Amino acid sequence: MKILVCISNVPDTTTKIRFAEGNRAIDTTGIQWVINPWDELSLTRALELRDDPSNGIKSVTVAHVGNADSEPTIRKALAIGADDAVRVNAGSSDAYFVALQLAEVIRKEQFDIIMCGIESSDFNGSAVGGMIAESLGIGSVSAVSGLSISNNQPVMTREIDGGREVVAMTAPMVAIVQKGIAKEPRIAAMRGIMMARTKQIRVYEPVPAEPLTEVQVFEKPAPRAACRFIEPDNPAQLIDLLQNEAKVI
Amino acid sequence: MSVLVYTENWDGKFKKLSYELVSYASALAEMLGTTVTSVTIGETDDNVLKELGRYGAEKAINVTGDSLKTLDNQAYAKVISDIALKEGSKVIILANNNSGKALAPRISVRLKAGIGSGVSKLPLNLDPFTVYKRTYSGNAFAHLVIKSEIRILTLAQNSFEVAEKPENIVLEKVQSGIDGSLVSTVVSETQKQSGQVILTDAEIVVSGGRGMKSPENWPPLVELAGLLGAATACSRPVSDEGWRPHEEHTGQTGKIIAPNLYIAVGISGATQHLAGVSSSKYIVAINSDKDAPIFEAAQYGIVGDAMKVLPKLVEAVKNMKK
Ligand SMILES: Cc1cc2nc3c(=O)[nH]c(=O)nc-3n(C[C@H](O)[C@H](O)[C@H](O)COP(=O)(O)OP(=O)(O)OC[C@H]3O[C@@H](n4cnc5c(N)ncnc54)[C@H](O)[C@@H]3O)c2cc1C
Ligand SMILES: Nc1ncnc2c1ncn2[C@@H]1O[C@H](COP(=O)(O)O)[C@@H](O)[C@H]1O
Repeated sequence: MKILVCISNVPDTTTKIRFAEGNRAIDTTGIQWVINPWDELSLTRALELRDDPSNGIKSVTVAHVGNADSEPTIRKALAIGADDAVRVNAGSSDAYFVALQLAEVIRKEQFDIIMCGIESSDFNGSAVGGMIAESLGIGSVSAVSGLSISNNQPVMTREIDGGREVVAMTAPMVAIVQKGIAKEPRIAAMRGIMMARTKQIRVYEPVPAEPLTEVQVFEKPAPRAACRFIEPDNPAQLIDLLQNEAKVI
Repeated sequence: MSVLVYTENWDGKFKKLSYELVSYASALAEMLGTTVTSVTIGETDDNVLKELGRYGAEKAINVTGDSLKTLDNQAYAKVISDIALKEGSKVIILANNNSGKALAPRISVRLKAGIGSGVSKLPLNLDPFTVYKRTYSGNAFAHLVIKSEIRILTLAQNSFEVAEKPENIVLEKVQSGIDGSLVSTVVSETQKQSGQVILTDAEIVVSGGRGMKSPENWPPLVELAGLLGAATACSRPVSDEGWRPHEEHTGQTGKIIAPNLYIAVGISGATQHLAGVSSSKYIVAINSDKDAPIFEAAQYGIVGDAMKVLPKLVEAVKNMKK
């Protein structure tokens, strides 16, 4: 079996977000780009599965839709241990556009398990994974917090609101992963970094696809009112404020 | 034309979330000059379905079928898409929860309908159709134009007040024509929490961080939550250490919640933590360090030792209840 891990390239999660071009785009000055945290964990899990021969995973490929600027992020995924990579040479304009590109890659190269994160930390769309599955007409399991292989079949734990289920699905399928999929992201070792230099990134040109959405403008959230401090030996005052001023208890 | 809203069947019942969705759909239908239709999958009692009329639904469609007993994303997305087409719906609304996130993108591809995910208010504009969308994990919002003729919105939980707007609701029972071959999800085991308040449903959440020092110190926090009818939560290091169960971890890589009240005890307020809780209506911070960043996100704060403050808060809530 072959695994594909879809990775999105996002600003480091501690970045102070600023905008440029009349608030139409993010100001990229000084931004450190990283693999989307969910995708880093999903890559980690894919590699764990590959590294145990009993699972019969032949290879782990990463795929990214983005410009050449994002190659360092792809190299990082290769350094962590992915076998090879695909980049679709296009700006990632919206989820639908991105998903159609990735679906095309999957049609061309054929993967059994396709892994996506539950959301990208920049667009927070929670969309690409499900869109890929529907475009290919294959099954998907969402909110996956555990993935293993049993009798050549992916078996997953999926979170439901207030509980969890164990589900199996025949490959090819899309697993949309979240917390729990791996403990800690795997870190690139020196050997991996050296090896990544020689690994292949196949670049495809995009297929025509019309985005369905467009960001008109960004804005910062309204600042919150300053904090009101209550004396530590008088919590009754806090309870009173919550009850009578905020009216939340 | 109608606004179509997916009201999830939860063991034959609805959660408050479904009434939020219908209230939102009904306010949006008013903007668009149309009506609200709901779709629920799986056996649901007539009286339960009729409840949706209180919040403005004029029609409730209940689809049942042997192949729809458990959630299969592909089959459920087809059911909802087919109904949207039959009803001529121009807007489809789902919750931004696990099942909404699983279904919305599939419906999007079926209907070539753009998604505005995690919206918390009514559209800013109808032409072009523009929604206010959370981006950068809560550090920014986008005015997102949805260019397609059909639009899908997923509504952030607890972001829209439930509002009564009684309508004479018509029920429609549909036997699904989905055949089993489309269903590929095989569920072998289901576990559901019972008893406790579910974190993602909770209106009040009491959460502890590393400042709680050790798992033995949790009882007053749990007691406070119990008295307030709240769910308990924690920061990531706390669940990583195994002090509290993983389900409780909130933040960018944990659960994203938006309760009316979030009480953060011994939590410093890292951006990754705030990314999961910053949409709470009120945040209360209890922290021994007056410069902790959590106070910048909070409306009410107590600078003090959690071990001393929590028992006093418990007392104060008990007195309030008398
Ligand atoms: C990619 C990534 C994703 C992450 N995702 C998340 C996430 O989803 N959720 C999350 O929570 N974190 C996340 N983190 C970790 C995050 O950066 C912080 O490290 C974490 O939130 C800190 O947890 P804390 O506030 O409990 O602990 P600390 O930062 O150690 O803060 C403890 C606080 O307790 C206070 N304190 C100490 N003693 C007392 C006392 N006696 N009484 C009262 N207060 C006291 C201290 O003043 C301090 O402010 C993520 C990090 C990364 C890199
Ligand atoms: N440009 C991209 N290239 C490859 N994968 C992506 C891209 N954008 C999003 N994804 C994948 O889709 C998931 C969800 O992203 P989103 O729908 O933007 O929230 C991410 O965790 C990635 O797995």
